[in-house]
Amino acid sequence: MSPSVAARLAGVVFVGSIFQVSAISSVRVLGATPDLLLVVLVSVALVRGALAGAIAGFAAGLIVDVATLGTLGLVALLLTLAGYWAGRYGETTGRDRAYAPLLAVIAITALYGIAAYVLTFMLGEPVSARGALLPVLPGMLLNAVLAYPVHTAVRRLVGGGERTQRAREVELLV
Amino acid sequence: MLGVSVRRPAAGRFPSRSTTALRRRVVVGALVVLALVLITFSFRQSEDGPVASAQGAAASALRPFEIAAERVAQPFRDAYAWVDSLFAARSDAKRLKEENDQLRQRVIQNQFAVRENARLRGLLDFRDGPAYPRDYQGLGASVIARPAGAFAQAIVVAVGAKDGVAVNAPVVTEDGLVGLVTRVTSSTARVTLLTDEQLAVSALDVNSNAAGVVRHGRASAATLILDRVPKEAIVEVGDTVVTAGWRSSKLASLYPKGIPIGKVTSVGQTDTDPYKQVQVTPFASLSALDAVLVLVRKAESLP
Repeated sequence: MSPSVAARLAGVVFVGSIFQVSAISSVRVLGATPDLLLVVLVSVALVRGALAGAIAGFAAGLIVDVATLGTLGLVALLLTLAGYWAGRYGETTGRDRAYAPLLAVIAITALYGIAAYVLTFMLGEPVSARGALLPVLPGMLLNAVLAYPVHTAVRRLVGGGERTQRAREVELLV
Repeated sequence: MLGVSVRRPAAGRFPSRSTTALRRRVVVGALVVLALVLITFSFRQSEDGPVASAQGAAASALRPFEIAAERVAQPFRDAYAWVDSLFAARSDAKRLKEENDQLRQRVIQNQFAVRENARLRGLLDFRDGPAYPRDYQGLGASVIARPAGAFAQAIVVAVGAKDGVAVNAPVVTEDGLVGLVTRVTSSTARVTLLTDEQLAVSALDVNSNAAGVVRHGRASAATLILDRVPKEAIVEVGDTVVTAGWRSSKLASLYPKGIPIGKVTSVGQTDTDPYKQVQVTPFASLSALDAVLVLVRKAESLP
């Protein structure tokens, strides 16, 4: 990954994180809040691969944890795993599939919601299953709406040509 | 293929797949461990520990960016809030309309209850008053139906045989005589009104004591006539007509004596008719009855 792409990637993650915590988190549609950061992260991971996805997820999660003065590392852990899984999906099954962004966003939104609930519960913080899991379904819908526009924008910003995990060499067995 | 020269990649320029996978796993594992360490520190340290202090400092550093992002997003949020308020206004209008309908129904019910209360209070006053026949028991009853059709001068009330109501029981309101029970079921009774053609009541002019029979008027369904009044009897406009309540050795009037029926509104006579033509307007508003008293003769007063 070239330094310019890395810088743009960092910028996208930073701006996405800041907008998520400051502007978008207060918007409620259909009882849920759209998670622009998660959609950005899934797109980054699909475009740049699992490693970039995991690092971007960790950084974005850390910004969210810091900015919201929450449990440090909690969102970072979740977004690290989300970025990694989205990247692996993009490198394997979802490679060059047109529906990959949509499918990845829907699946990871659901898994993210459930994992966040489980992790919060395991940490001993009071959390209502109904309050935590009920917004997952409308959240999936909202994030699905964002999936293609965000993916297009992210691909233009940080695409940079080839994927990290695409075959870049040919080995012939003789 | 043997004999074919293959250009191999320069060592170290592209990492092999296994190396890449290993590096990826190591980095992700390290990030996960780091996140877990941060969580652990975040939980174990107090509010003024180094991790919390670092978090606070970083949050302060991020604050200007958050404010900037908030300002950038504010117009979009305002636009969204405006659209959302439109939907909310529509739903509010719908909810308020439903509430308004419910309240209107409640107001109508309250008005009806107030009117019914006044009627029942009037009936109670009448029952305790001097005009009430002492050898009768009054059963208060709501009017539950009015047979359809202009020719059916009757009502259905919500008392019946199980309440002690029998056929030919007089029915009154606090204003005066209404009619007679002509059909009884276990819980309801049909009351034929004074304005029905089949009903006739022996009556007296209170002032002159002139006797006659009150029955339906020919002019309109709402008026009555006092028939069979001799020409020599004195009846004047404004006189009050009450039930005669006669009793012979074997027979007795169906109606108790002295129940107000109506007021004389016109008196006339012709050479060809042996009786006066006396028109009476009933005291009871027979077209707007809500509650009535069915008079049931007390057991000790039965002949």
